[in-house]
Amino acid sequence: MPGIDGTVAELVAALRAKEISSVELTRAVLGRIEAAQPAINAFISVDAEGALAQATAADAALARGDAPGLAGIPIAHKDVLMTAGLRTTCGSRMLADFVAPYDAHVVTGLREAGTVLVGKTNMDEFAMGSSNESSYFGPVRNPWNPAYVPGGSSGGSAAAVAARLVPAASGTDTGGSIRQPASFTGICGMKPTYGVCSRYGLVAYASSLDTPGVFARTAQDCGLILNAMAGHDRRDATSLARPREDYTRDLAQPLAGLRIGLPSAYFDDGVDADVAHAVDDALRAFRALGATTVAVELPNVGLSVPVYYVLASAEASSNLSRFDGVRYGHRAAHYTDLVDMYKKSRAEGFGAEVKRRILTGTYVLSHGYYDAYYLKAQKVRRLIAGDFARAYAQCDVLMGPVTPGTAYRLGEKIDDPVQMYLGDIFTIAGNLTGTPGISVPCGFDQRGLPIGLLIQGPAFAEAKLLNVAHRFQQATDWHARAPQGVA
Amino acid sequence: MTWETVIGLETHAQLSTAAKIFSGASTAFGAAPNSQAAAVDLALPGVLPVLNRGAVERAIRFGLAVGATIHRRSVFARKNYFYPDLPKGYQISQFEIPVVVGGSIGILSPSRGEMRVNLTRAHLEEDAGKSLHEDFHGMSGIDLNRAGTPLLEIVTEPDMRSADEAVAYARALHALVRWIGICDGNMQEGSFRCDANVSVRRTGATTLGTRCEIKNLNSFRFMQEAIDHEVRRQIELIEDGGTVVQETRLYDPDRRETRSMRSKEDAQDYRYFPDPDLPPLMIDEAWIDRVRGEMPELPEAMQARWRTAYALPAADAQALTASRELAAYFEVAARTAGGEARIVANWVLGDLAAALNRGGVEIAHAAVSANALAGLIRRIGDGTISGRIAKDVFEAMWQGEATGDDAADVIIARKGLRQIADVGAIEKIVDDALAANAAIVAEYKAGKEKAFNSLVGKVMAASKGKANPAQVNAILKQKLG
Repeated sequence: MPGIDGTVAELVAALRAKEISSVELTRAVLGRIEAAQPAINAFISVDAEGALAQATAADAALARGDAPGLAGIPIAHKDVLMTAGLRTTCGSRMLADFVAPYDAHVVTGLREAGTVLVGKTNMDEFAMGSSNESSYFGPVRNPWNPAYVPGGSSGGSAAAVAARLVPAASGTDTGGSIRQPASFTGICGMKPTYGVCSRYGLVAYASSLDTPGVFARTAQDCGLILNAMAGHDRRDATSLARPREDYTRDLAQPLAGLRIGLPSAYFDDGVDADVAHAVDDALRAFRALGATTVAVELPNVGLSVPVYYVLASAEASSNLSRFDGVRYGHRAAHYTDLVDMYKKSRAEGFGAEVKRRILTGTYVLSHGYYDAYYLKAQKVRRLIAGDFARAYAQCDVLMGPVTPGTAYRLGEKIDDPVQMYLGDIFTIAGNLTGTPGISVPCGFDQRGLPIGLLIQGPAFAEAKLLNVAHRFQQATDWHARAPQGVA
Repeated sequence: MTWETVIGLETHAQLSTAAKIFSGASTAFGAAPNSQAAAVDLALPGVLPVLNRGAVERAIRFGLAVGATIHRRSVFARKNYFYPDLPKGYQISQFEIPVVVGGSIGILSPSRGEMRVNLTRAHLEEDAGKSLHEDFHGMSGIDLNRAGTPLLEIVTEPDMRSADEAVAYARALHALVRWIGICDGNMQEGSFRCDANVSVRRTGATTLGTRCEIKNLNSFRFMQEAIDHEVRRQIELIEDGGTVVQETRLYDPDRRETRSMRSKEDAQDYRYFPDPDLPPLMIDEAWIDRVRGEMPELPEAMQARWRTAYALPAADAQALTASRELAAYFEVAARTAGGEARIVANWVLGDLAAALNRGGVEIAHAAVSANALAGLIRRIGDGTISGRIAKDVFEAMWQGEATGDDAADVIIARKGLRQIADVGAIEKIVDDALAANAAIVAEYKAGKEKAFNSLVGKVMAASKGKANPAQVNAILKQKLG
C-alpha cells in the first residue's frame, strides 16, 4: 500500500484496489497540511469539510464501479484559479474575501475527473513574483530548508507537492511560475502549450502568457493530471480547438535517436557550477539512453527578460484595472470622492510588486512610449519565436537548467527586483513563444537544495516532453528523494 | 468676412443582436438594473470575452452597404480608463485596424444638391454601463445592463458644411442602418447616438479650424440646434479676437446651448493596445459573399432605379427610401397604378404621409393599402373623379368607409362622386349659374378677371364638385367670350 506518499498513478491503483479509501487518504492529507502549515505556509485556504464530502462521493463512485479516472485523488489549486464557493484570493489583500460563483475550466476538468479539492495554495500576489514573498498571506517556505524560498509565483503548490502534502497541484506559469518553483523544490512542473488549457477562471496577470499547468512528482503524474485539465473551452477565445489527447500515451517510448538541442545561452558563465554539473550529468544520462545532443543558437533569447517585463507589465496594468473597489474586492473604509476611493482602495489592496508592475505597464503603454517599448517588445517576441522555430528544425527538444541558480534565502533578493527577474531568464522564452516545457529534478547543490532540468519542445510536444522526462525518471531517482522530516 | 463651417460626425449605432458582443447576456432594453449583466459584463476576475459573430456580420453588412473596404483581418484593442460604469477599467474597441474602412453615403444637401459624405471608418466596440446619479441620495448607482452591448462606431470625414448637411447625413445613415437591419435606430433608447465635430474657418481657407466635439445629440432637431449654436459661438469668439479651444462640449437642449465638458488638456491617455484575450478578427471571402447574398436592394440603388424608370425628382426618391416599408409601399402603389409614378409619389409623400403623421401611425399599419391607393389614383387618371374629389375619397378610405383594393370605387359609387361626363348637363349647370349670378358676370365683363374664378366656383358648387373643372373652364370661357 503506497499510503499518503504514493504518486497519483499509485494512489489511483490503490483506491481502485480498495487498499485505501479516499476518505482515509483525504483525512491523512488534511492532517499533514495542518501540521506543515506553520512551517511551510503552503496553503491560503483549506476546505476540510468540502474535501471530505468529495472524498465520500468518490468512495461511493469507486464502490459502484462508475468512478472517473482520478476519483478520490486529493489535489490543491493555486489560489489564482476560481473555485465556486471557496474563496480565491490571488494572494492579495484586494481579494482576501472574494468568493467566485464559478469554477475555472481547469478546476471543472479536475472536479469531473473525480479529484478531491483540499484547498487553495499560497502564491505571489496576482502571480507576480519569483520567490513567493509577495503574498499578502505571508511567504511560503521551501520544504528542503525553511530559510529558503520555494520559488514563485506558484510557490505554495510546489511546496505542497514537495512536502508530500498532496500528490499533485495546479499552478500557472506566466514567465516560469510553474517550472522555477518545481526546480527549487525538487519536483516536476509542467507548463503546456498556450491554449491547451483554458484560461477561463484564471485571474489574469498577463493574458498572452498566462498558462495553467501542473505540479507532481513524476512526469507520469503530470500527464494524468494534464489529461483532466486540457481541452477546448468556448469561454476562452484563445483556447485551442484540438481533439482531446492522452498525454501519457508515449511515456514508455524509448529515447534512441532523440535529438537534444543545447542552446549555448543556457550554458554560459552565469550558471552556478552545481547547476551546470547536475545538468551535464543529466545529459550524460540521456546519451546513455540513446539520445544525441546538438548545439543550437537562440540569438535573441537574451532579450527575453526585458521583453517579458514590458509585455507582462503592460497587460497586467490593464488586467488589474477591474480591481477598483466598485463591485467587489477591497474598498477603502474612508474616501472623499470617486478618484480618492480608487486611489485608496488600490493603494491599500495591492502590494509593492503589483504596484511596481502596474506602474511599469502603464508607462510602457503611454502615449509617446508605446512604440519604443510595447511595440518593440512585440517585435522582439516574434524574433525569439523565430529563433525557437529554427532550433526545433535541428532537434526534438531543448534542454538546459531551469534557472541559473538554486533557491535563495528569504529576503535575499526582495529588495533587488531586477536580480530576481533575471532568475527567470531560461523559462520566459517558453511563455513568449507559447511552447511547452517541463522542469524535472536532476540533482542537488552543495547546500542540499534541488536542481531542475528544463526540457522544452515545440507547440503541442507535451506527450514527447513527458516521454523524455519519464524515461529520465526511470533511469534516475532524484524525484524519489524527499525533504527531511517528510516521509 | 464670411465663414465656412466644417463638420464631421461620429455615430454609435447599437447593433441589433439578441446577445451582447462579448457575453451571452441579453441586450433587451428596459430590464431591471443589473438583471442583464453576466459575469463577463460585471468583469468578475478570471472571465474572458468571446466575440459574438452576429455583431461582426452586421458590420460586414454595413461595409457592403456603403461600398467600404472590409478588412479581412482586424484587431480588437483595449481603451483603458477608470470609470464606475466601465467594469473592466477598459473598453474593448478597435483602434489601429478597424473592421470597416472607407465607403460613402449619398445625401441631398439643401445648398449643394446631391453629394457624398465619405466615411473614414466603422469599428466594433462594446458599450459601457450607465451611472444613475438621481435615484440614490449622496451616492451613484451603476446599471451594467448596457455594458457590453455591441456598437458600430461610424466616423465620417469632415465633409459637411452646414448643420443641414449634417442632419441630412444623419438621417440618411439612420435610414440605412435600419434598412439593412443592423440597428433599430431608436434614438430615445440610445440605439443611435451622434457626436459632431464642428469647426469654422474663413471662406477660402485650406486648413481646418480648431474643432469642438459636441456630445449628446439624441435627436435630429437637437443636432441642428446644437451645431447652429456652436457655429455662432465659434464665429463670435474669433471675431471678438478670441481663439477656439479644442474641447468636448455638451448640448443642453433646455438652454439651447453647448457648454464645455472637458478640454484637450484633460483628455485621457487611453493606452490603447491589442486585447490579448481576443485573437485578430478574421473575415474570409465566403463569409462576405454569404452576407452579400442576403443583402436587400439598397436605398441608393432604388433611388437611381426610380429616377430612371419613373423620372422621380431626387428629393422624392430620397424621401421615399426613408424606410424599406415606405419604399415597398411606393413600389407596389406605383406598379399597380400604372401611368405617372410622380403622381403616386406625390400622394405617398403628401396625403398619405400627412394622414400617417396625424395618427402617429407606422406605414405598415396604414389604413389605406398601397393597392387601394393605386385604385384611387387610377380613377383620377381615367377622369372618373377630379383630384379635388380624390382627396375626399382618400379621407373616406382612411376612415375605413370601405376597405379592400377597390375601396375607392366603392366609395365613389356609394356617394355618387363620379365626374359629370355629359357636356350638355354641364352646359345646363353653367347656364343656370350665369343666370343666377348676373352681378358677377357684369363684373367680369367690366374687366375684373378674378370674377371668372368666382363663377367657376359657383358652377363647381352647383355640380357638387362632380363637374370636370377643365371642362367647366372651357364652357364658361366660350359662353362669356
